[in-house]
Amino acid sequence: MTSVDAAVKDSQRFSFKFRKNISITLSYLLLIVIALFFLFPIVFMFVSSIKNNETQIIRDMSSISAFIPYGELGLKNYFDVFKQMPFGRFMFNSVFIVGSTVLMGLVLNSMIAYALARLRFKGRGLILSVIISLIIIPTEVVVIPLLLMVNRIGWLDSYQVQIVPFIVDAFSIFLFYQFFIGLPKSLDEAAKIDGANPFQVYWKIIVPLSKPVFATVAILQFLFRWGDFLWPLMVTRGYEYRPLPVAIQQFFSQDPKVWGDIFAFASMVTIPSLIIFLLFQKWFMRSVASSGIKG
Amino acid sequence: MISESANSNTKSLEKNKKNRSSFQRRETLAAWSFCALPLSFLLLFLITPFIIAFVISFTNQRLITNPNLPTQFIALRNFVRLFNSASFRQALLNTFVFAVVVVPLQTFLALLLAVLVNQKLRFINLFRTIYFSPVVTTMVVVSIIWYFLYNPGEGLINQMISFISFGKLGPYNWLNDTSLALPAIMILSIWQGVGFQMVIYLAGLQGIPDELYEAGRVDGANAWQQFWQITIPQLRNTTIFVIISTTILAFKLFTQVWVMTKGGPQGATKTLIILLYEEGFKMLRVGYASGIGVLFFLIVLAVSLIQRIYLKEERAVI
Repeated sequence: MTSVDAAVKDSQRFSFKFRKNISITLSYLLLIVIALFFLFPIVFMFVSSIKNNETQIIRDMSSISAFIPYGELGLKNYFDVFKQMPFGRFMFNSVFIVGSTVLMGLVLNSMIAYALARLRFKGRGLILSVIISLIIIPTEVVVIPLLLMVNRIGWLDSYQVQIVPFIVDAFSIFLFYQFFIGLPKSLDEAAKIDGANPFQVYWKIIVPLSKPVFATVAILQFLFRWGDFLWPLMVTRGYEYRPLPVAIQQFFSQDPKVWGDIFAFASMVTIPSLIIFLLFQKWFMRSVASSGIKG
Repeated sequence: MISESANSNTKSLEKNKKNRSSFQRRETLAAWSFCALPLSFLLLFLITPFIIAFVISFTNQRLITNPNLPTQFIALRNFVRLFNSASFRQALLNTFVFAVVVVPLQTFLALLLAVLVNQKLRFINLFRTIYFSPVVTTMVVVSIIWYFLYNPGEGLINQMISFISFGKLGPYNWLNDTSLALPAIMILSIWQGVGFQMVIYLAGLQGIPDELYEAGRVDGANAWQQFWQITIPQLRNTTIFVIISTTILAFKLFTQVWVMTKGGPQGATKTLIILLYEEGFKMLRVGYASGIGVLFFLIVLAVSLIQRIYLKEERAVI
């Protein structure tokens, strides 16, 4: 009786273990298949960009060889891009525009959020509710009147037209505000007693304690701004101030299409943001996650 | 001596009061100096153009004003013209169809992926990274790659479909086919965006206390029951947030379409923002385009209000 029981238990344990192994294998199988789905277009782009022979790229597109680096490999397509277009200029423009928007945004958005979260003054509640309601206005609604305005002051085709309107961002202010309001009140009380003025409190106490939210806002703003397309499409005319997304779209829409060159261009646009993501991936995930937590 | 000390006491009290009020004054001054610059930016680059959008949607304003044709107030004529225009109705319909298909699908897939990558397995971080990587790939680049994959005839996607269906299906003319162009754009949009919502769901999943699952197990609930009885209800707020933000993103559809089809074939992928861009920027009919912008805003507003109502309900329950 007992031995039978033990045998049943043993076989149960075995089947449990067996089932667990199977479920882990199935999980991995599923994870890998999905990973292939997310990876194949990106791999395809990189592989095609180093195939020097244009007809081979076209021939390979209908089979698995699209993902295999073979034949005549090299950086010819990359050199071709540099020959045809001032790629460095576009890259500089994008880095400069996004960099200055994000950096200046960090300062201005955190300053107003600090005032709203930590200082007592008349009008605080009103300003706060106005800013929160501004979050829902999509850029798309204001682009046309904004175009009228910047056209009148002669800002078309410039850096400032792509930077200045987007520095202060209601959602960034809200993220800062939420973080600052959670810091213990005793911190700035103590500093006040020591005779620190509000600016010193902000700079010496709040900012050093708030690195996570600065990282979050910087990363989210980088993600949104780096891919900006509609506004730069409207306000840039020549190469001088054109950022990468508009530049590659225009390169792509030229006929006849030389796919090797297009994929080389696309790879060069993708590599920097992919590297930044891989370096700071933990922060990327955290930032995106905290964008979803609503107060 | 005593009176003197009392005197000094009241003096110091008065001084204190003075100090406090001067401190308060200084704080107010500081607060306004912190707010002044950001507020003027918001006023100049968001509030002003927002008001102008409403104002000029009631006029026949053009981008480059013609001195012979002064801008006039034309009441609701822009809106009447919009609703009578076939291309506006098509853009509105396409945008709605896109949202109605993409939002539930993308939300569901994001939850599914989040559950998958929430398992305690080795290399799970690698999979999270891979699933998220399209999010950091610029949408213009994504559209260009998929344009090539959708190549009619011998394109990779046609070949895959033909392979899976043993040659019975395809080849399709994806981006040149009026009934396939929008679905083709839907697929790449989900491919690019779903990682973002996956991460939000992942945070939601990790926020569910373990005790709930333990209690569920004690009550004899299997994994499936636990998912429906514990996970889904606990993710209610996350789901509302994901649905609303994906809906608003879906209504903004522009970049993919502009790169791949420019709204074609025959308007099959024309969206509200495509129309706004064409009317305002290409045709220079700024008043008319602002009318589209105003309607677009009203849609976004309605969607956000729905979110408010649902979240309020939640608070009322608690």
